[in-house]
Parts: sequence; C-alpha cells; structure tokens
Amino acid sequence: MKATRSDKSFARPVAGEELIRFEDIHKSFGTKHVFEHLSLSVMEGEILTVMGGSGMGKSVLLKCLIGLLYPDSGRIIFESQDLTAFDEKDFLHVRRRIAMVFQGAALFDSLTVGENIAYPLREHFPTMSDEELQKRVAQKLELVNLPGVEAMKPADLSGGMRKRIGLARAIAVDPEVILWDEPTTGLDPISARVIDRLIVSMKRKLGCTSVVVTHDLDSAFTVSDRIAMIAKRKIVQVGTVQEMRNSTVPEVRTFFEARQPPRPAVSAR
Amino acid sequence: MNEHIDAPEEVESLGEVVQQELEAMLPFTAKVRRAIEQLGEVAVLLARTAVRAVQPPFSLGAIAYQVEVLGLRSMSIVSLTALFAGLVLSLQFAFSMARFGIQHTVGKVVSLSIFRELGPVLMALTVGARIGSGIAAELGSMKVTEQIDAIRALGADPIKKLAVPRIVACILVLPAVAIFADIFALVAGAAVVKVEYQIPFEQFYRSAIETVKWDDFGSGIMKSAVFGVIIAAVGCYQGFQVEGGTEGVGRATTETVAISSVAVCLADFFLTKLFLSL
Repeated sequence: MKATRSDKSFARPVAGEELIRFEDIHKSFGTKHVFEHLSLSVMEGEILTVMGGSGMGKSVLLKCLIGLLYPDSGRIIFESQDLTAFDEKDFLHVRRRIAMVFQGAALFDSLTVGENIAYPLREHFPTMSDEELQKRVAQKLELVNLPGVEAMKPADLSGGMRKRIGLARAIAVDPEVILWDEPTTGLDPISARVIDRLIVSMKRKLGCTSVVVTHDLDSAFTVSDRIAMIAKRKIVQVGTVQEMRNSTVPEVRTFFEARQPPRPAVSAR
Repeated sequence: MNEHIDAPEEVESLGEVVQQELEAMLPFTAKVRRAIEQLGEVAVLLARTAVRAVQPPFSLGAIAYQVEVLGLRSMSIVSLTALFAGLVLSLQFAFSMARFGIQHTVGKVVSLSIFRELGPVLMALTVGARIGSGIAAELGSMKVTEQIDAIRALGADPIKKLAVPRIVACILVLPAVAIFADIFALVAGAAVVKVEYQIPFEQFYRSAIETVKWDDFGSGIMKSAVFGVIIAAVGCYQGFQVEGGTEGVGRATTETVAISSVAVCLADFFLTKLFLSL
C-alpha cells in the first residue's frame, strides 16, 4: 500500500539525523543519462550544498525531491516515505513542507509582490482571512529585509530583490526544508553575499534544512555545513568544507582548481 | 574527339529500392505519428480541464479576467473584420444578383451566409489567431521562466489555474464575438446596398429576418463554441509544451496559429455536415 502523509507512524528526525535520502537514482532525458546510481543523504537542520558543472543535473535533483520531475528508478526517502511512489495529490502535502527558491525567482509577473507571497498561503490555507494573509506577507518581507514592497510588481525589482521575494514566497508556509536553485547566479558580489547571509539566517531563525545547488565556490564555502559534488552522473564525494578543500578525488580537485584567482589591479600610467 | 561513354547504370535490387523508399518515408511517418500523439495529448489536456473545471473552488474571477483580456480587448479587430466582411459580401451578392434582377432579395443570402458560416469562421480565424497565439506566448513564457513549475511547487495545479480559465473564457468569448460580428456585418451590408443599389433598410432587414431561422443562428453559435475550445486547447497545449527558451516560445506561437486555423477549417466542415443532417 502506498504511503501517504497521513501515515504518522514515523518519528521526526532530530538535528543531525537523516531527513532525506536519495537511493540509487537513475534519470535520463531521451538518450542523455543525467544520473546513474546516484545516492545522497541530507541531514536534519544542515545546509548541504550540491556542486557540479553546468548540465550535471543539479537542478534535476531538486525537482525530483518535490515531484516536479520523477526519477526513472531508485527511491527518494523523506521521513521514511518513498516520494517516488507519490502522485500529484500526495505531493501537495510534501510541497507544504519542502519549498523551492527557483533560479530566476519565477515570480508571477501579473501579480504584485504581496500577491506573490500570499499565493502559497491561499493554496494551502484557503480559509485564512485577508488580515492574517497581509500580516504573514509583511512578516516574511521583514525576514528577507524588504519591508513595505507589497504593492510593487516583479518587473520593478532588481535581480537580488527578486531572489529575496522568491525566498519570502517559499517560506510563506513555514516549510521545514528549503531548496535553493542557483541562488547567487547572475547577482553582483554584494547581492550574492546578502543571499548567502539569508541562507544561513533561515537555518538560524527558522531551523530549516537547506539544500543549495550552486557552482559559486565562494557561496558554497560560506554557507555550507557539507558539500556534495556531482560528476560522472553520480555523487563522487560528500564532506565538510575542509574535507572537500583537501579532497584527493580528481573531479573535486579539478572543479575547485578551475576557480579563477582575482585578477591583480592594473593601474593606468 | 573523345566520345563520351556513359557508365553502365548500377542495377539496384528490389530489396534495396524498397529499403530506400522506406527510409525516405521515415521522416514523414514519424511526423504523422507525432501528430497523432499530439492530438491525443490535446485530448488528455481537454479531459483534465473538463474535470478540474467542475471541481471546487471555482475561479470565476480568473474566468472573468480572461473574458476581458481575450474578448473585450479583441473588439477592435472584431469590428473591423466584421465591417469589411459585411461590406464586401453584400456588394458581391448584390452585384451578382442584379444580373438576374433579384438584387432586392440580397438580405436573405447575406444574412444566411453571415449567420451560418462567415461570422463564426471569420471570427475563429482572425480573433482566434490573436487569442490562441496570445495564450501560447503567455503560457510558454511562464514555462521557460519556471513559473509553471513554481505554481506546482507552491501547491497549486497549473491546469486548474491556467488552462481552465482560458478554455472556459474562449467558450464564452467566441460565440459572443460571433454574435457581435453577425450584427455588425449585417448593418454594414445593409448600408452598402442602400448606397450602391438603393435597397431600403427595411426591405433588407425584412428579408433577412424572414429567412434566418433559430437553427441557422444556433448552428453558428454552436460552431463558435467548438472553435473556442479548439483555439484555447491548442494554445494551452503549445504553451505548456514549450522547450528551448524564447525561440521555443516563438515557435509555439506560430504553430498555434497554423494548427488552430487548420483545425477550425476541418472542424467547420464536419460541424456543417452534422448540423445540415439534423
């Protein structure tokens, strides 16, 4: 019998215990194999960064976790339940607990910032009053340091602000896990560090578990409790920042060494 | 002088010829197969939309908004198309009928043509192209910017949120604009034959009202509703299927116009046969 969220026979993991487990995941798009024998665990309360080159399937991993994509085979265990057996209706409950911040923020252009943040609240809590909605929206905007922008349209926001509004929308329903898809890509260094601080503050203030997909090494070294490296269609190493820095795994070393050192300033004579 | 000697032609075996012919046909058969698959996928989308449309909560506000966007904002193109269609049709019929001295009955022919055929089909081809391409472009843009994924991730259903309001709105809008176009074209037609052939308004309208029965009017409206379903379903399907960024959005938009136009013409033939047999 298929497990559903109504099954309460499992114990909620405590900090440091396994919360999510990818088991022997295979995923292909046509003839392109993205994952083969991919396995990975995410611990309760940690910030796990998944790194890897472009096109390695980092975002696919996140989308499999909330049912936007399904693996071809393998299991994704979230609190003792196999998510690959879930249908769209079952995933409604999962999406209340696991939220995603999309790469381009994916804000709805036709809605205001306030309406964007209220969107998941209206879906998950249809009886919530307008006053309560507005209060929750204002709270979430405070959390991302953007108070008072409810009436603005997404088109009027900068890239960094859009990402923060995307985060405010994701945390509107108080999820337990936040999935971050390339949170600092396309941002200037100052905005990128603002997002890094937000990732850490979500763990500190809300106690959320975060899975961050990025190829921004500065960001990964700043926010991560652990880093996982995807290469050759699977996870080749998982470890703390220090363990990854000292890694002897060729794919990890190649990725880290490819980072360009800052160029020396050239003065005009 | 060197004589040119033709090399003897290589004789191909029957098996090789058949294999070559089959290989040449493969892209065509693959296209036919893909077209049939797409037809099935549109049917599945329509079935899911029908199921979601009758499940609460009902998004009447979203439907009203789409009626405004798809219908009211199309009124300029509806008016212009209907005006000139009425003018040209009446002029052509009056000119031809004047040869036989029966131009005073032009109202009968013009009204029947407009109510049964021209109003619904012309609106489906002109307004439908605008509506269908608009739907495909909007949903396609949402797809490539991950907004459709975001709808699912936030706990909502993209078919309920996006397809239902648009398809229901099209079922309401297309018949409404067809009725408006029918009336507008008749007024324009009456005006032009009064100026060109001195046929009074009263005579034109009396012959029109005597001729057009409820069946004629109803068949046109039913056709428009079906055309509305076709246009919205094709637009939604193409929008949801967009891949490949902005280039994909452009491709989906143009394909929507082409596919919905052909589908409207095909459906018009079968619906006409159906209504004539009733």
